[in-house]
Amino acid sequence: MSDSATWTHEGFEMVVGLEVHVELATETKLFSGSPNRFGDDPNTNIDPVSLGLPGALPVLNRQAVELAMRIGLALNCTVQACTFARKNYFYPDMPKAYQISQYDRPLNIDGHLEIADGIVIGIERAHLEEDTGKSTHIGGSGRIHGSEGSLIDFNRAGVPLVEIVSRPDLRTPEQARQYVNELRAILVEIGASDARMEEGSMRVDANVSVRRPGEEFGTRCEIKNVNSVRSLGRAIDYEARRQVALISDGEVIQQETRHWDESDGRTHTLRTKEDADDYRYFPDPDLVPLDPGAEWINTVRSQLPMLPAARRIRLAEVTGQAADSEAIATVVERRQDDYVVAVVEIGGGAERVLVHVKEAFSEQGSKPSVPATDLAALVAMEVAGELTSTQTKTLLGDLVEQGGGDPKSMAAARGFEAMDTSELDGFVNDAIAADPDAWAKFCAGDGKAMGALVGHVMKASRGQADGKAVTAILNARKG
Amino acid sequence: MSTFQSARSIAASVSTGESSSVDVVSQHLARIEEREEEVHAFNLVLRNEALQSAERIDERIAAGEQVGPLAGVPIALKDNLCTRGIPTTCSSNILNGWRPPYDATVVSRLADAGAVFVGKTNLDEFAMGSSTENSAFGPTRNPLDTSRVPGGSSGGSAAAVAAGFSAMSLGSDTGGSIRQPAALCGVVGVKPTYGAVSRLGLIAFASSLDQIGPFTHDVADAALLLECMAGHDPGDSTSIPHPFPSLSESLDRGVAGLRIGRIVDLPSGADADVAASVDRAFEVLADAGADIIDVTIPAFTYGLTAYYLIAPAEASSNLARYDGVRFGSRVETADTNSMYMATRGEGFGPEVKRRIMLGTYALSAGYYDAYYGKALKVRRLMAQDFATAYESVDALVTPASPSVAFPFGSKTSDPLAMYLCDTYTIPSNLTGHPAMSVPFGAGENGLPIGVQVLAPAMGEPTMFAVAAELERSAGGNHV
Repeated sequence: MSDSATWTHEGFEMVVGLEVHVELATETKLFSGSPNRFGDDPNTNIDPVSLGLPGALPVLNRQAVELAMRIGLALNCTVQACTFARKNYFYPDMPKAYQISQYDRPLNIDGHLEIADGIVIGIERAHLEEDTGKSTHIGGSGRIHGSEGSLIDFNRAGVPLVEIVSRPDLRTPEQARQYVNELRAILVEIGASDARMEEGSMRVDANVSVRRPGEEFGTRCEIKNVNSVRSLGRAIDYEARRQVALISDGEVIQQETRHWDESDGRTHTLRTKEDADDYRYFPDPDLVPLDPGAEWINTVRSQLPMLPAARRIRLAEVTGQAADSEAIATVVERRQDDYVVAVVEIGGGAERVLVHVKEAFSEQGSKPSVPATDLAALVAMEVAGELTSTQTKTLLGDLVEQGGGDPKSMAAARGFEAMDTSELDGFVNDAIAADPDAWAKFCAGDGKAMGALVGHVMKASRGQADGKAVTAILNARKG
Repeated sequence: MSTFQSARSIAASVSTGESSSVDVVSQHLARIEEREEEVHAFNLVLRNEALQSAERIDERIAAGEQVGPLAGVPIALKDNLCTRGIPTTCSSNILNGWRPPYDATVVSRLADAGAVFVGKTNLDEFAMGSSTENSAFGPTRNPLDTSRVPGGSSGGSAAAVAAGFSAMSLGSDTGGSIRQPAALCGVVGVKPTYGAVSRLGLIAFASSLDQIGPFTHDVADAALLLECMAGHDPGDSTSIPHPFPSLSESLDRGVAGLRIGRIVDLPSGADADVAASVDRAFEVLADAGADIIDVTIPAFTYGLTAYYLIAPAEASSNLARYDGVRFGSRVETADTNSMYMATRGEGFGPEVKRRIMLGTYALSAGYYDAYYGKALKVRRLMAQDFATAYESVDALVTPASPSVAFPFGSKTSDPLAMYLCDTYTIPSNLTGHPAMSVPFGAGENGLPIGVQVLAPAMGEPTMFAVAAELERSAGGNHV
């Protein structure tokens, strides 16, 4: 798989646009008062609207609109007056046999999202719609064809979704993965969705075509059933290669919807263009146009939190590291950057703080249990040379395990005190005496031999020697 | 002219204990017993339920409670209004066995006002028709001449009032389904301003056109009933979020100084007896001090065509939910698609199928702009033309139906002839304006003629003032 910033195959490039559905983290459904909750017993969060019973009418959920506006604003979209439309098709888990969605006047249009290397991916639209129920097919392959029967859970029917449609601006599997990861980070940051692909609260369909650079767009195929970011990269890589192979054989790409099969790593025809439904969109007469108005839009905009990209830049400035470094990406992804900034403000040592949080706080979430003052005190001791890096790591482990503590007394309790040079010299003498071969090799220029000597010192000092200081003494002795 | 006791007088005597609700209900049930077999106004008579509610009302009155403005008034409900736990069929086999888990908003409001529900009335299947001949359960006969239709689609509700089975009834009007049967049965029928009465719990035919309205013996009863059921309902997004104006003061206002329009380019087609009655109505109104002013409404002529695209288009979507999956009838077959087809093929009657096909076609890719899209343009044009007319007049007067009640079978073989029954009523549904039919004069065989009064949105007070004046001069006002 091409994993770099470029993807070409036999002179073709891929052209990818993504349609991402996210379930909004609302209290209730998009058009009714039933709870929007994952994992409850089947058909417990239902009502006449969710079931599409005769006489039931939809009433729009204000919280869903607000979260959808947040998504639009976070993606630099224009938020506009919009309408709801019916998308008509028959499916057993679609209660009314139409989905209320947005068609010619969506809520959010014309935005963009920046991924690595300053690449900007256009966002065509981000519109509100309702989710369907969930079918479970019994017997057969687990799909509807050939099954013995189907069970339907309508808990999900009517859950609010925002569909975020990118422009066909992605050119590599890596860009697609970056786009989805960045989008997910934004959605979580703004509280719009928990955006979990494995639970289905974030679902990604990919439109893939290939062309020789500079040519018109090719015919695209839509890939469904991509259930992880990793699969997304694999699926579009496979699909683009499949299309290149067909074209190379002189065949023509047919527009169709294809199903990604994780087990064989291929895409398979789901339905061709001829079988596609005519959705007969028309304005939903049960709903009135929605005009959020400048005041509401400005309020929502003013309440947006700092977004991941801005957080990475801030953390880079605070720590002096590159904004695209792994440590910064990791810490921001874990939403621990506010914590790092707070620790640095108390005691400095920014680079050390970043490293410690990245290494030791992977299980800690966005609000680590170790008080910022405690970590700041520990780093201050480390920077002042009062603790060796090994001792610091040990105490850091203690802090995490105990949920905080005073590093000074913890260091004392463990007997961690900085050794003076004479004590270290003694340990080094013992090490040379114990392993003269290593000393000879080291003096002959074999850098690897140093490890053995340092190991002796560490063992003899029970890990309390400062490795850097030992290295310095050894180098000085060698002359 | 009707000789039954008005709802006002029933409520007054029941409220004061002068007569018991049980006695009043029993009188109506006795009339049902006597003539229902011949008339077939009902799909279901709620004999026991009605007597039980009447007993409770009598108990409450004996205990000194205020029961409400409709205390003890027997009311019949069109069988497309949801009633909790009571079968609601739309006169269709496809809803066989379905009992709604909730009451329509109008049903609860009338119950709160002290009404007693005596039954669910027959209609053209899913309110599609103008004669009640399209009911899956057989036609309703006009109580004034049982060889003739009562009109439709609310034929059962019109007949119930005309036969004295109930003092009032509710119908729904999508293209004239209250006003035309009211005219044919010699009772008052009102289609309120769109959004004045909640549609929650009304089983939709065409959501942007449907309104629930009253059938009564006289204009004052219609004002009373409308006041009891109108007003904002947060459960219907298209409900007008303002208080509904009071109507009772309008009844004695007279028409002095009102400007009443005669549409000079009204489509032809009204029978001579109907046209003569409308001419006489203008004379009566002029004598009472109104200014009769000629206006033109060029788009009026196109109303029927636009309606028969918009209404079926919405219906094709609204009726898609009858798929056999969650409620109503289901024909078991080997797979889902054949189950849909068999269930819908057997469950729907021919007129419903015709309109679903019309509407599906009108919304199809490639035809939308030519049909549905163009119909929406006519609808906007219609609104503009009426707005222009209402710059110079306060109300308009036209025929309600082109003819008096017609014999069974005379239009069933020609759908277009049947559709023409709605020529004069449809424009008010397209504009959302209020309109009502008031008995005024008699035609062929002494059968009643209805004159239609139209007014701008929320213009019910003016409309009722004009209708009350016509009723007074026809000698019909009940005491």
